[in-house]
This record gives sequence, structure tokens and C-alpha cells, in this order.
Amino acid sequence: MTRTRKLLIAVLAVGLAGLIPALAAQTVVGVTATEIKIGNTNPYSGPASAYGTIGKVIGAYFKKVNDEGGINGRKINYITYDDGYSPPKTVEMVRKLVEQDQVAFVFQTLGTPTNSAIHKYVNQEKVPHLFVATGATKWNDPKNFPWTMGFQPNYQTEGRVYAAHVLKNHPDAKVGILYQNDDYGKDYLKGFEDGLGEAAKKMIVLKQSHEVTDPTIDSQIVNLKNSGATVFFNITIPKFAVQAIKKSHDIGWKPVHYLNNVSSSLATVLKPAGLEASRGLITALYMKEVTDPQWKNDKGFQDWVAFMKKYYPEGALDDQANGYGYNVAILVAHTLRQCGNDLSRENIIRQAANLKNVELPLLLPGIKVNTSPTDHAPIEQEQLARFDGERWVTFGELFDAFRKQ
Amino acid sequence: MEIFTQQVVSGLATGGIYASVALALVMIYQATDVVNFAQGEMAMFATYICWSMLNAGLPYWGAFLATLGFAFIGGVVIERVVIRPVENAPILSIVIVTLGLLVICNSVAGWIWTYVQKPFPSPFPSKPFKVSLGAGETIIGAHDIGQIGITLFVLLCIYLFFRFTPLGLAMRAAAQNPVSSRLCGIRVGWMLALGWGLAAVFGAVAGMMVAPSLTLEPNLMGGVQIYAFAAATLGGFTSPGGAVLGGFIVGVVENLVGTYVSFIGTELKFTVALAMIIVVLLVKPSGLFGSTVVKRV
Amino acid sequence: MTSRLARHAGLLAVVALACMLPFVLSNFRLFQFTQVYIYAIAILGLNMLTGYNGQFSLGHGAFYAVGAYVSAIMMDRWHVPYGWTIPVAGVICLVVGFLFGLPALRLEGLYLALATFSLALAVPQILKYFEHWTGGSQGIVLSKPKAPLGLPLSPDQWLYFLTLAVLVILFWLGANLLRGRVGRAIVAIRDNHISAEAMGINSALYKSLVFGVSAAYTGVAGALSASVIAFVAPDSFNVFLSITLLIGSVIGGLASISGAIFGAFFIQFVPNWAQDISKAAPWAIFGVFLIVFMYVMPFGIAGAVGRIWIRMTRSRVLQAGRDPAPAHHAHTTT
Repeated sequence: MTRTRKLLIAVLAVGLAGLIPALAAQTVVGVTATEIKIGNTNPYSGPASAYGTIGKVIGAYFKKVNDEGGINGRKINYITYDDGYSPPKTVEMVRKLVEQDQVAFVFQTLGTPTNSAIHKYVNQEKVPHLFVATGATKWNDPKNFPWTMGFQPNYQTEGRVYAAHVLKNHPDAKVGILYQNDDYGKDYLKGFEDGLGEAAKKMIVLKQSHEVTDPTIDSQIVNLKNSGATVFFNITIPKFAVQAIKKSHDIGWKPVHYLNNVSSSLATVLKPAGLEASRGLITALYMKEVTDPQWKNDKGFQDWVAFMKKYYPEGALDDQANGYGYNVAILVAHTLRQCGNDLSRENIIRQAANLKNVELPLLLPGIKVNTSPTDHAPIEQEQLARFDGERWVTFGELFDAFRKQ
Repeated sequence: MEIFTQQVVSGLATGGIYASVALALVMIYQATDVVNFAQGEMAMFATYICWSMLNAGLPYWGAFLATLGFAFIGGVVIERVVIRPVENAPILSIVIVTLGLLVICNSVAGWIWTYVQKPFPSPFPSKPFKVSLGAGETIIGAHDIGQIGITLFVLLCIYLFFRFTPLGLAMRAAAQNPVSSRLCGIRVGWMLALGWGLAAVFGAVAGMMVAPSLTLEPNLMGGVQIYAFAAATLGGFTSPGGAVLGGFIVGVVENLVGTYVSFIGTELKFTVALAMIIVVLLVKPSGLFGSTVVKRV
Repeated sequence: MTSRLARHAGLLAVVALACMLPFVLSNFRLFQFTQVYIYAIAILGLNMLTGYNGQFSLGHGAFYAVGAYVSAIMMDRWHVPYGWTIPVAGVICLVVGFLFGLPALRLEGLYLALATFSLALAVPQILKYFEHWTGGSQGIVLSKPKAPLGLPLSPDQWLYFLTLAVLVILFWLGANLLRGRVGRAIVAIRDNHISAEAMGINSALYKSLVFGVSAAYTGVAGALSASVIAFVAPDSFNVFLSITLLIGSVIGGLASISGAIFGAFFIQFVPNWAQDISKAAPWAIFGVFLIVFMYVMPFGIAGAVGRIWIRMTRSRVLQAGRDPAPAHHAHTTT
């Protein structure tokens, strides 16, 4: 009897002794002495597949990081899944990343409805949900969703920037708006209308929407011209922005034309629409536009080109999304470096909410990443720019949404 | 009044896009009794091949004609290799195969040429025409006119081919009554392949005409195909001329409803096109110009 | 007699196995299996309409969306417990489906396919238009239900059992419907509706009813998905959903009840496998899968399984030495 009791105690002791390191290891999910596992979902197929290249360029960047020795001695194991821009699929893939692949954190998940679907889940499971790829405003809510962080300046802020400019420079204008009928378009619209405030009802003479599946928006442009609008706020993706610029030029409509940042690319929008037709366009920028000749000798730009040629040769050098993804990947690497040797989920979100004046190579000069426990919006500065027929010329002062709050 | 004519003219231009894609759809249905869901994607793929040739330096019309050749061969090969094994399967199984084709075309195009949109040149001058119709000026792009012109030309060719050539007659026979056609010595299998080849050619023409306005990307045809279905339904799946006319009607009605009916406005424009399909199907399923097929018991 | 007993025993064994899974699989796998069961219910609805009754529907995603949104709105606005939203969604879809089935009586084959296709395409835009109710393109965020009565089950386990229970009930009802008089009438209408009417079957009534029941099944599936995913948005219910359900139906096997389950497994897991095979062009791999499946099994998985079964039972009959003319037997078993 006593012998078996002694045996039982010995077994228990060994078991407990073995449990302690196991328990200690449990708190650092996705991290071993040699690797950090990180997860992402992106629309590699379906209606938003144009953004799939972001997930790929990020992967290429982490390959570069690993080739150069990794971060604090650990290699990055980057896992990315296709969600086809379908919220149920995003839920499934993010659950796979968290529950099956056991990643340390999830980042740059793309799209507003897709992120909305996993918003509650990642916060309940206490998984850092970093640098989401959408400009919606609701990701900066540290009080209710402390594990989620945004990345780019949100669409509502940008809308406000334009509204402020209109109020200051064209206070008697009649405003016409073309917007895509989804959360992207509606978010911009809300920011713009909020920015105009009381004057919105008086100034906005016509709003026209369109679906992303519509072949053309010529009809809407005709209606906008007919409304007598002298200011035009263009909330469309590149495909339709080209049509909008071309058609308004063709029908002889020359309003003050504010173009949303999403479509500000020279190569994919302004050139096809016609450089002359695009002269005078105003947009708000936070990144260096990768097809803008003024950055030819800029070090950040040259580093990016060299990186693309070596690690992502099949990626297009005229696709702004590839520059965007590069910036994000660098920010993630920076955050991980800042974590040092404590790569627990708690510390990862703590460091992500503690970024001070971080510069990224493809951000406009003067724009820096800043976060704090009450501010989960990394980039909040934008600069207005006008197209002079050759490149985007910035003007005015740097608009800082954080200070304005 | 000016906005009315401008919207009508814009509607005709957009309708021209729908018409040219609808033609290819109707063509394949007439020749093979199958609705090819991959029609749009095949057209997009052909357009990308043309883009690659243009990028390599070939002159426009040279690349254009070479693309038509590739499209024809591609269509024939697809019919013989991919569709032939399921020829006698239930109709839905064939539909699934065309869906598989759709997905493959789209995915491979994205893989080869990436998803960045590419500008595609137009053979027509870019300066728009100003026409005076009634009050004020109406503007129509030269490309839009050219596109409508080419669509009508293709329509004429189809009409002449099916009506007046022995090959066209053989194709019609093979589609309507394969058993009797075989008894007459018509190689039904090759007629079907020919049908797919021709439809692929018309699809390629549609793609190359449409790409300059819509910018070339793998999802080029996604939105257009639905409108093409609406056009083909309206005009009748058995009538190429009807499909073209249906395309114009859909384009114009869509624009006018979006402009003048304010509670629909632009938020439900797409639904209007779809409602048109449903209404036509309920009132006259064979379309405005289609012939009702009487099935003998 | 014995074969029926064997079949029932087999089914019970499968259900028992399914009940054991929650204690063996991870929460994530359970979530995936729950999705499979939801798709199976939706596909059974589609099978009834397209397989058994011959009415092509490329728009069943619309009924799935209606079911999901009915459930979501009831939970979000009026705080109705999720359990009650499921039968309500089913009833509403039954009515909607029946109403859609009435004008659809005039349409056949390709034209019905087009009409339903248009319905599927219109759904996202209509959902966005009625923003006040549906939350527009932002959608409605819901909470995942917890296990009731303090049962020691995780939400995933509880939802798994709930969905499994609904599946078993609906499949049992469906089997009874389809294997009985109603089923024979429906199939008769599909095969030769003029003869069916000559025999006294009210073709119009049956066709509309099948539309309604089919929509109800798919609506219930949609309502379940609202709780399982805990989120609804127009982007979740675009035309790809309708096409996916159709693919599941054909691959699984039209005019087959078990086919719905095979098809559901296919559409849930094969896209994931395709991704594992090729990151560059996963949907191309999926497309190849589709085409190859249709070559090898043009009557779907259930069709292929049935053929193999017939071949196996046929050889047993031969071994018993009963019929010296096997060709004759082959005809009657088919």
C-alpha cells in the first residue's frame, strides 16, 4: 500500500514538474526559439482579387527578412489564406490560423465586411489583430476592441480633408458626388458630408452611386454635369476613376475634381485617362505614388524597386498595392523587433500600441507612424496634392487627424 | 432635352458593349444548345493574348487578326477536348464543366498577367464627336461609334453565314436535330466544335472592343456578362439580331430609368436590368424576336 | 425486409458517429463540419427542386440570404432567441419560394435558370438598398449563442449538435416526402409533365409547393449560418453562393438525398485543398477538380456510389445462381 502511494506521489511530482515548462511555453503562442508564426487572409480570388498582390508582396518581404537573419534570431513563418472577400470564408480561415495553425497574431486582413466578421472573435480570443487593410473608422476603438488596430488613414478623415478644402476655397460651389455603393464609398461620403456640416444640404446638388459590377459610369457623369455641379468628389476605384476623368473631359465638364486616394495612381488611372484630362485633379496622399517620376532618386523608392526585382519579380512595379504591402510588412517587422524577446500576444499588442514616430520608406516625407493605448490608428496624417500634368505636387500643410481631435 | 439625348446616346454606347457579348452567347447557344458560362472569361483571355502581342510590338490590326485565329483554335480545342467527354451527360453536368472552365480561365489569367488593370488601346481616334440633335450638343466617343459599327458588321456576317452558306446550314441542322443530320452525312461533332470556335471568335471581338472602355483586368467580363444575359433574354436566345437589339434596349432603358426614376436612381440600376429579364421571361420567354420552340410530345 | 433494417441500422450508426465527433475533434473542425451540415440542408432543398422536380435554379443563394437576414434582423432588432428565428425563417422562405414558384410555372429549362440567376444577382443590391433594416453593406454583427441550461458544451459544440439535430429532422422529413406519393408525383412531373397531368397530378400546385419547400430548406440553412458565422453582410450572399450550391448539388448527385451531404463536403473542403495544392492559382485547381469529377461521375458522387452498390449486389445475386440471364437483371435494377 505504501509503496504504491509513494509511486503515485512520484508520478504526480514528475508530471507537475513537466507541466510547469509546458505551462510557461503555453503563454507564447506561435513562437519558438527559432520562428515566429504570423497569419493573414487576403482576397486572392473573387471580386477583390486585385488586392491579392498585397499578401504576396508581404510574403516576399518576409522572405527577405529571413534571408537577412530573421528578427532577433527568429525566422518569420508567414501563413496566408484566401478568403475570396467572403466574410464566412474569412471567419473560417482566421479560425484556422488561430486554432489550428496557432499563429502569434493576425494582421492585414483585408476588407471591411470581412474584418467585421472576425472583429469580435479575435478580441474574445485575445489575438492581436494588427494593421487591418481597410480605411474604415471602426478599427480605432481601443476601449471596446483593444486587440484591433487600423493602419491607413481612414476614409472618413480623408473625406473631411476634402470638405475642409472645399469650404475654404469654394464656399459657394455646387457639389456633385459619385460613389461606389458599398462601405468604402459610403464611408468617404459620410466623412465628406460630416466635414461640410451645415452647408452639406445646400452645397450638394447631386449624388450618384454605382455598383462595382457596373460596366460603365458614363451615365452618372452625364447626370452630374447636368446638375450644374462645379465641384466633383469622385469616390471610385481605379477602373471607374479612369472612365470618370475621361468622360468628364470628353463632355466638356470641368469641375474642381477631388479624386479619392484609392485611385491616385499615375500609371493605372491618370495616364489611361489622359494626362491632360487629369490636370488639376486634387487628392490626399500619405504614400509616395510609385509611378510618380519625382521619386526616381528617392532612397526609399529605390530600395523598394530593388526589393521587388529581387524578391517579387512577378509583381507589377506600377501597382501602388505593392508599395502599400511593402510599408505594412516593414511596420510589422519593426513592431516585432521592438518586442525584443517577449513575443507574447500581450506584449505584441502593447508594442504595436507604442509606436513613436516610425518612418516607413514609402510614406510621404513628414508623415510618421504613431500609436498609443488610446490611439490605435497608426497613420493619421495626409497631404493634399494637385496634379500638374506630370506629377502630384503637394501643397498646403500636413493634415493631422489626431491633432484635430 | 439635351440630357435625354445624351443619356440615350450613352445608353447606345453601353448597349453596344452588351450587344457584342450577347452575340457570342447567342451564337454558342444556337450552335450547341448549351449556355456557356465561360464565354466571358474566354473572351477576356483572348483579349489578354492580344494585349501581350501589342506589348511585344505588333501593330494593332495584326494582333487583332492573330487573336481571332488563336480564339478560333482555342474554341475548337476546348469543345473537342473538354466538352466532348460530357456531351451526353445531363445538361447540368455540362453547365458544371463550363463553370469549371470559367474558374480556370479567370484564375490562370490572373496568374499570368496579374490583377493590375492594364489600359487597352482602341483602333479608333480618341477625340469625341459632337453631334447636334435637337437642342444643344450631344457627345459620343469615336470608339463607341466604331464599336457599334463592328458589332453590326459581325451581326451581318453571322446572318449571311447561317442563311446563305452550306456550312451555316449544316451547323444549324446539327444543332437542331443531330440524329437526322448524321443521317444526312453531317459530321455533327465537328459542327459543334466549329460552333464553339466561331463563338470564341465573336467573344474575342467583343472583348477587344470592350477593353478600351472598361480597362483590361481578369474580372473584365464579370459585370458585362450579366447584362449580356439580359440582352440575350430580351432579344431572344434564338435570334442574333434580337440579342443585339436587346443589348441596345437594355443600355438605353437602364440609363433612362437611372436618370428619371428617382426612387430607383442609381442605387437599383442593376436590379432594373434584372427585373427586365424576369418581366420578359414571364411575358414572352422566347424574347422579343425569338421563335418559340414547339416540343412535340 | 432485411435490407431496410440494414439501411436503418447503417443510418443510425452514422448519426451516432456524428454525435461522437464533438468530443474528438477540435472546435475549429467542428465549425467546419457544422458548415458542411448547413450546406447539406441548403443543397437538399436545391436537390428537391432541380434534381427531383427538374426545375433549374441558379438562384438558391437568394433564399439562403433571406433566411440568414430574417434570423439576423429578428435577433438584432427584436432580441428574439436564435432558436425561434430558425422556424420563422423557414416559414417565410416557404411563402417567398411558393410566390416565386407561381410565375416560374411558365418558365422551363434555360429560361427558369436565367430568371433565378437574375434573382441571385439582384440580392446584394437589394440588401444594400434597404439599409435601415439590413445594415446596408456594413452588415449586422451578431453574437454566437452559448449552450443552454448550463450544459458543459462550448458554443461550437452546441451549434454542432443543434445543426446536426436540424439536419437529421429535415432529412428524415425530406426522405419521407420524396420516397412517398409526393416524391413520385414530383419525379413524374419532371420526367413527363403532360403524362403526369393526364394521370391527375396537379402539376401547377406541386411545382409551386416544391419551390416553396425547397426555399424553406435553404432558408433554414441560411438562418443557421447567421448564428454559426455570427455575421451577415451582402458580400456573403453574392452570385457565387448560388453557383456554389448548384455545384454541390450536381457533384453530390441530383435527385439523391445522400448526394446533398457528399456535395456539401465537396464545396466546403475541396477549395481548401486546392489552396494547399497551389497558392498561385488555387481556383484553377478547383476548376480542374470540377471538370474531372464530371467526367468520372457525370451523375454525381451519389450516382457513382449507387452504381457501385448495384454492381456489388448484382454479383451477389449471380453467385446465388438465381438468374442465368444477368443482362435481363441489369435492366430491371436500373
